[in-house]
Amino acid sequence: MPKLIKQDTICSDDWLAADAASDQVAQHHFPTLPQWRAATGRTLRTVQLQPGDVVAELADALDTLDIIAVDFPVLTDGRGFSYARDLRERGYRGELRATGHFMPDQVHYLRRCGFDAFQPADDSRIEEYLRQSRVFSEQYQASVDQPLPLFRRREAQAG
Amino acid sequence: MYIYDQYDQRIVDERVAQFRDQTRRYLAGELSDAEFLPLRLQNGLYVQRLAPMLRIAVPYGLLSSAQVRKLAHITRHYDKGYAHVSTRQNIQLNWPVLEEVPDILAELASVQMHAIQTSGNCIRNTTTDQFAGVAADEREDPRPWCEIIRQWSTLHPEFAFLPRKFKIAVCASEQDRAAIHAHDIGVELLPNAAGELGFKVLVGGGLGRTPVIGSVVCEWLEKRHLLTYLEAILRVYNQHGRRDNKYKARIKILVKAMGVEAFRDAVEAEWAQLRDGPSTLTEDEVTRAKSFFTSPPYADIDGKDAGEALAARAAADPIFGNWLTRNTHPHRVPGYRAVTISLKATGIAPGDITDRQLDLLADLADSYSFGELRTTHQQNMVLADVEETALYSLWQRLQKAGLATANIGYLTDLICCPGGDYCSLANAKSIPVAEAIQARFEDLDYLYDLGPLELNISGCMNACGHHHIGHIGILGVDKKGAEFYQVSLGGSQSKDAAIGKILGPSFSQDAIPDVVENLLATFVSLRQGDETFLQTYNRVGIEPFKERVYAKAD
Repeated sequence: MPKLIKQDTICSDDWLAADAASDQVAQHHFPTLPQWRAATGRTLRTVQLQPGDVVAELADALDTLDIIAVDFPVLTDGRGFSYARDLRERGYRGELRATGHFMPDQVHYLRRCGFDAFQPADDSRIEEYLRQSRVFSEQYQASVDQPLPLFRRREAQAG
Repeated sequence: MYIYDQYDQRIVDERVAQFRDQTRRYLAGELSDAEFLPLRLQNGLYVQRLAPMLRIAVPYGLLSSAQVRKLAHITRHYDKGYAHVSTRQNIQLNWPVLEEVPDILAELASVQMHAIQTSGNCIRNTTTDQFAGVAADEREDPRPWCEIIRQWSTLHPEFAFLPRKFKIAVCASEQDRAAIHAHDIGVELLPNAAGELGFKVLVGGGLGRTPVIGSVVCEWLEKRHLLTYLEAILRVYNQHGRRDNKYKARIKILVKAMGVEAFRDAVEAEWAQLRDGPSTLTEDEVTRAKSFFTSPPYADIDGKDAGEALAARAAADPIFGNWLTRNTHPHRVPGYRAVTISLKATGIAPGDITDRQLDLLADLADSYSFGELRTTHQQNMVLADVEETALYSLWQRLQKAGLATANIGYLTDLICCPGGDYCSLANAKSIPVAEAIQARFEDLDYLYDLGPLELNISGCMNACGHHHIGHIGILGVDKKGAEFYQVSLGGSQSKDAAIGKILGPSFSQDAIPDVVENLLATFVSLRQGDETFLQTYNRVGIEPFKERVYAKAD
């Protein structure tokens, strides 16, 4: 089973990447956005987004989803960072899983954008992904894991 | 200037530790080339023709004397004893060794400096007017806003893997000295109908392969919304900017493709989600940012007396007079001037400065200008607060160090990228072209007679030398493996921003000084009164220049 990181621990589960070629959603595979859309009655409780998918399509269904996976086909395509923040800002509370070809050194930013599970395509370095997940203890911007920007926290400290 | 608190310091210290670990893992084979590439780029490290190049951030061009001394030390200890001022007001080292870069970053962190996001597909160093805070035509000091943008953009988690690099510039004066029309985002502080200052926001300007002048995306934005609005623009770009072709990946292409109205609608839709959120600026934060940019303790000087004494000095020593006229600028405080130190002496690569000169400038900053220096996007340096009575002694000390070339704003004050001598992207060399032009036009009287003239040289389409906005632009091109140069005329980086027009077929390197001489001769023969090169060009068009240059070439 593929390894992943959840709640700062290495674990494994049986979810596999979506199979876009198929009309059917294979067992243990995330559905693609078109597959999720085609399923009636919002019976599917997971979906995997690809770069280029329109996040707003999920807006009304967020509380019907347990896992939204956001795929990174290459490490330089940063669209998924915005998708994650967008989903969290729209109120999504379920698991947000980064999948695919991101690298350990991106986990810190991914986490700040709202991801809480990390399932790299190559799980042989999974410890490194965990090790790189909290390399900064301070940050300037507001983000999902720290909703107040540093300037507001500075002010609170100054009283 | 801005002084780090414990939070800022912790962030740069942790960044050094992170990069040390990344470098170690790369050298140990634990990070692939493809993985290390964006990581090193976001720390300013390019792999170049001869050695890595390290670009050090100089936020909006401001440096303390202690920082300049540290830079001198770094160039001496880790490099070959000189540094280079870039067109983004940053400092570049041409010869560092990869293994030592973490140590260089640690040295920088000890004086509140870093190399964060000086390259890579992320938000780069925010630039502004080199005369910020002292310019007579300023509406408000832009630097607190630059610092607010710097903090927001530094290690921003959402925007580290954009389609392409992203540059922001801020202007707050009548005259635009920050080239805001040629930036991905240009921000101008200006009043609304009620007289309240806010931001006009331009988007999609840029040079490179497809030069474009920025479009207005917001006519007037309340100051407190600055960061949420910038974030909305970046989010639209990050999601919709092209990623299939790096030459079409800048935001200017997206704005053109969508049309500015549709782009604005998309930004407004994103902004609706972010507006009035926690990133909305508070009064306290703006006050805190402004508290770092208050006036230094200026002396109370009778401006008229000082001006008269200076005029007498200039009359008695015309060489000093030349420098005074060309290299000093009016200051909002009577009895003071801002001084530009030319890094454009003939025979030295434009923008290059030695470790000794850096040390000297640090001393001069302490003696004459409240311990501060600035870099300019024209690749010079500035002492912004010099008493007029001290100008003569300052000039004498600069002269001894080869730093008193009196050419600011004239032909030989040309802007030039490192080019094929250093850069692996370049099609052609640019430094020898700059030197050949400087050598040809050494006669200062002739230069002054030509009037203000901007000549920009880029070694390739990436346009680091901003050739599109030079009055005369020179671009290195590759023609079947040989280095050739394309010439354009009529570009401008001011509020009348314009992209230069290509003159015609390109030239060999040897021909360039003759071509420039012919262009200037055409100008001189057609000039009316005190017209500048650009004014004459705008009146007569490109044809007469073309005829003369290509007639000679036949």
